[in-house]
Parts: sequence; structure tokens; C-alpha cells
Amino acid sequence: MYTFSNKLKTFSIILMVLGLLGVGYGFMTSHKSLDEVKTMLAEEASHHGGGHGEEATHVVADAHDTHGEATHGEEVHAEDAHHGDAHAEHVQHQMANRPWSALYVGAFFFMMIGLGVLAFYAIQIASQAGWSPVLFRVMEAITAYVLPGALIVLAIAIASGTIGHYNIFIWMDPEVVAHDELIQGKSGWLNLPMFAVRGLVFIAGWALYRHFARKFSIAQDNAKYNTNFKKSFRIAAAFLVFFIYSESMMSWDWVMSVDPHWFSTLFGWYVFASMFVSGITVIALMSIYLKSRGYLEFVNENHLHDVAKFMFAISIFWTYLWFSQFMLIWYSNIPEEVTYFISRINDYKLPFFGMVALNFIFPVLLLMNADFKRVPWFVVMTGIVILFGHYIDIFNMIMPATVGDRWFIGIPEIGSILLFGGLFIFVVFTALTKAPLLAKGYPLIKESEDFHY
Amino acid sequence: MEASKVIHAIYNDDDILMSAVKKVKAAKYHIDEVYTPFPVHGLDKAMGLAPTRIAIAAFLYGLVGLTVATVMMNFIMIEDWPQNIGGKPSFSYLENMPAFVPIMFELTVFFSAHLMVITFYLRSRMWPFKEAENPDPRTTDDHFLMEISVNGNEEALQSLLSETGAVEINLIDKAH
Repeated sequence: MYTFSNKLKTFSIILMVLGLLGVGYGFMTSHKSLDEVKTMLAEEASHHGGGHGEEATHVVADAHDTHGEATHGEEVHAEDAHHGDAHAEHVQHQMANRPWSALYVGAFFFMMIGLGVLAFYAIQIASQAGWSPVLFRVMEAITAYVLPGALIVLAIAIASGTIGHYNIFIWMDPEVVAHDELIQGKSGWLNLPMFAVRGLVFIAGWALYRHFARKFSIAQDNAKYNTNFKKSFRIAAAFLVFFIYSESMMSWDWVMSVDPHWFSTLFGWYVFASMFVSGITVIALMSIYLKSRGYLEFVNENHLHDVAKFMFAISIFWTYLWFSQFMLIWYSNIPEEVTYFISRINDYKLPFFGMVALNFIFPVLLLMNADFKRVPWFVVMTGIVILFGHYIDIFNMIMPATVGDRWFIGIPEIGSILLFGGLFIFVVFTALTKAPLLAKGYPLIKESEDFHY
Repeated sequence: MEASKVIHAIYNDDDILMSAVKKVKAAKYHIDEVYTPFPVHGLDKAMGLAPTRIAIAAFLYGLVGLTVATVMMNFIMIEDWPQNIGGKPSFSYLENMPAFVPIMFELTVFFSAHLMVITFYLRSRMWPFKEAENPDPRTTDDHFLMEISVNGNEEALQSLLSETGAVEINLIDKAH
């Protein structure tokens, strides 16, 4: 049995408190009045040509200067001021969106780790893998985060449309919809009640599978027959069918609909690859941590090697999907779909291409060697890079649609990572104390304990 | 080398072969060769063979393929004749890179795979019309053969091998 060390518990609580403070700070400082935004924009325009919005105003100002001497100077001035108002309002909204989006990205990132592990766990059971059963209890503990995590994500999404000012999903804003035929056409799918119901159905499906898989797994520990194993095999197969549909729709709802004018068929798989590789990485990090504390003496470097192979392979799979999505749209360059990447490449150059380095080049070069995959500190190092890279991936999916070029990874973003990271550690390690760390009744457990590569 | 003689010990089970290899190694005899009809898991470790470096070679060949693809397309599409083909930007390699990635990928795999296979053939001396080096045709079907060279210690070696469960022990004169 695992005991949740007081140190780690305190650590997770400190993370949550710090995170909460950061998130609170984000919300306190994000609401600027229109005048404040205008002075800020004017200052930015006069001081430096930093972002792209500023550059645009710069050009306008220059044009104004040359025409200023001419007779119709007044007219230009009035027009400029009017345009400036609309621009400032836009920027004001973007700045108000930032703490919401930061919170949402953090919540989604940790939720997707739990969900990715749940899918991985179901695949291990349905495929009757012989190497992984010694890691089942670690996976089950991580999946404990799926229910609270997914509910939090859904709650933030709905709250942004009810409490907030449509800070994440603009299709929730009836005023926007009224002037937008494209969104009107999609309102059969994109409307708040349906969004909530769909979300709850997905979460119920995942949580039910998790509940019963865990129940059968523990019941199998001291059972004489394999009935629980057979049941868990059957529900795993059924869950995987449900999962691939629900995950796909979840990614349209929770991620893709931040850009309601844009759509992509590959998107569900792409989000899946991201969650799958993050989940597998967390399994590796958790088992290395628990083994270093002496809780998993039945896990050896061969198991680590296999997990690291999955990290390696799914990282490449993610890149394959990322590139397929990017290249198809870049190549055909159809205006209505290419804006998605244009806004990312213009305003998010470093995160957008940086994540390819983090999620592809780094794992490929570091985890290619078979010996390196067996060295714990090496896997930990690569794992941290992969997790950071996939946080950036989610960041790149949400932020350009909500805050545009007003992004930064500052206190609101780091605060929400700390908040949900702390919650994740707390929930997962609490779940870990509830059952022995070896699923000893599982029929393939002996094979797994003797597994070597 | 003296008039070389070898002992062929024949086994009919891979488990017995494995334990025989371990015993012979423990008795500090040098095993020249082992002939088996199929890969025996762990045999190379038991014999103390050095690990293969073919994966490293394959990685380097892959880098060669990537370089070939990049240099080729940079010359053809960017430097030699930078045409406007359907509005694709051909001002620099990086700008048009997404269109080149499929070729870069395939050539990396192509070079890596083919050169690695050719390396394997060369290093293991396999080619068409090569004379088979099989000492006993049964080793391609269901027998395992261990070959140990003799240096005037036949008696001791023979008794050791018969202890290890060999079904047949033959002293062979290798006329070179």
C-alpha cells in the first residue's frame, strides 16, 4: 500500500494555493476600462513597434502625419479616432479573455492527461498486454483525475458564457451570433444547452468506465475465478468504441469551437495524440517517482523501456498529425481555413514552431537509443520536455482565438498550471493510497512481473 | 595453425543448447560457431557476442538520405530554376519546406533501410551464388550444432560435451 507522504501533500496544497493566488491576480488585473486600454495602446505605439497590432497603428499614424499638413487633416483625424475606438474595444476584450483562457488551458491540459491514461489503460486491457499489468494501479490512480478534471473543464467553459462575458467561446454570445451567418448555420450544434448536455454525456461515459474498471480490478485481486477480468475486458472494448467517438466530439466542442469559423476533420485525432502522449509520459514519470521511493519493486527498467518506446512512438504520431493538418492547409491555402494558421504563425511564431521542436525533435533524438530509454533520469528529462511541449500545444489551440496577439505566459498562465497541477497531484496520489500497488489477481500479472526485453 | 580439427556437438533442443553453451563458456572453451535453424533468444548473450552496431549505421544512413533530399530539392526548386508553380513561394528553402517534407521523409527512410540491408549483407557475407557454409544440413531443419576447435584436448572436450546433452559428437578434420 502507498502512503501519501505529508511532504507531497503539503507540496500539492501549496501549489494549489499559489495557483489560486495567481489565477485571482489574473482576474483582478484583466479588467481594464476603455480609456486605460487606449492610453496603453497609444503608449505602445509611441514607444516601440512590438506586436503586430502596434505596427498597424504605427503605419496609420505615419500616414496621418504626411496628410496632416494637407487641408483634409481634420477628416482623417476623426476617422482615425473612430477606428481607434473599435480597436481598443477589441483589445479590451482580448485582455479580459486572458485569465479565462489561461485557466481553461491549464484545466484542459491536466484533464487530458487523465483521459489519455484512461484510453491507454483500456487499450492495455483490451489487447491483453503482458508487459503493463504491473503499472495498472498507477494508471488507475491517474485516471481518478478524469471525473473532477473534466467537470472543471466543462464548468469553466460554461461559466465563461454565463458568468463571464463570453471570454472563451464567442458562439455563446447571442449578439455575435445575431450578426454572424456562419455561426447561425452551426447553432444547431453550437448552443449552450446542447454543449452542456453533450459534455455531461461524455464525462458520464468516461467516469462510468473508470469506476467499473477500477471496481473489477480491485475485485479481481482476491477472486478465485477470472470473472472480473473478463468483465473488465468487455467494458474496455466497449469503452474504446465510445471513447473514440466522444473524444472526437469533445475536441470539436471544447477546443475547436473556440474558432467557430474554422473546422478540420483531423482535429479529433490530433487532440487525441496530444493527450495520449502526455498521459503515457505521466505514467512514466509517476512510476519512476514511485520506484525511487521504493513502492514499485516489481517494476524494472524493461517496463520503463516499453513506456519510453510509447512516448517516442506517440510523439512521432503527434507530429505526423500536426504536420498533416498544417501541410494540407498550407498547401491548398484556401482563405477560410488558412486563417487559423496565419494567425498562429504571425502572432505565435515561437510557441507554434517551438512546440514542434519540443514534441518531436527532442524526443526523437533523445529516446531513439535503446539504452537511453532504460535510464530513469533521461526519461524524466525527456518527459518534462514532452509535457511542456503539449501544454504549449493546448495553449496554441486556445489562445490565438481568445487573446490573439495579447498573449504571454505570465502569472495567470503559470498560476493555473500550479493550481491544476496541485489538484492533479492531490487527487492522483490520494487515489493511489486506496489500493495495493500490484494488481495481483490479474491473470497476466506474473508475465508482467517477469517481463524482460 | 596446426592441422585444424573441430568438434561438432549436435543438439536437438534449444533449451539444452543454451545450457550447453553456458557450460562450455564456464569451462573456458572458445565456441567457434553455433548453427541453429531459427533464432534462439538470448544465444548471443550466452555466447558473449558483442552487440550489433547496425542501428547506429542505419541512423547515419538516414542522415545521409535527409541531406541528399534537402540538397537536391534546394538546388532544383530554389537555386536552379525558381519557378512560380501554383503560387508556391520558392524564394528560400524554408519558405517552401512543407511541400518538401514528404520527400525528405521518404528519402531518409529509403537510405536508412536500403543501406542498412546492404551493410547487413556485406558484413554477414551473403550474396547470390554464395556457397553455403552449412556443416550439416540438419541444422536448417531441427538440429542445433556447436562447433569448437580442438587443440589437443579432445578427450576432455568430448566428455564435457556429452555431459551437456549432445545427441551426437563428431570430430571433424577441417582440410583447409
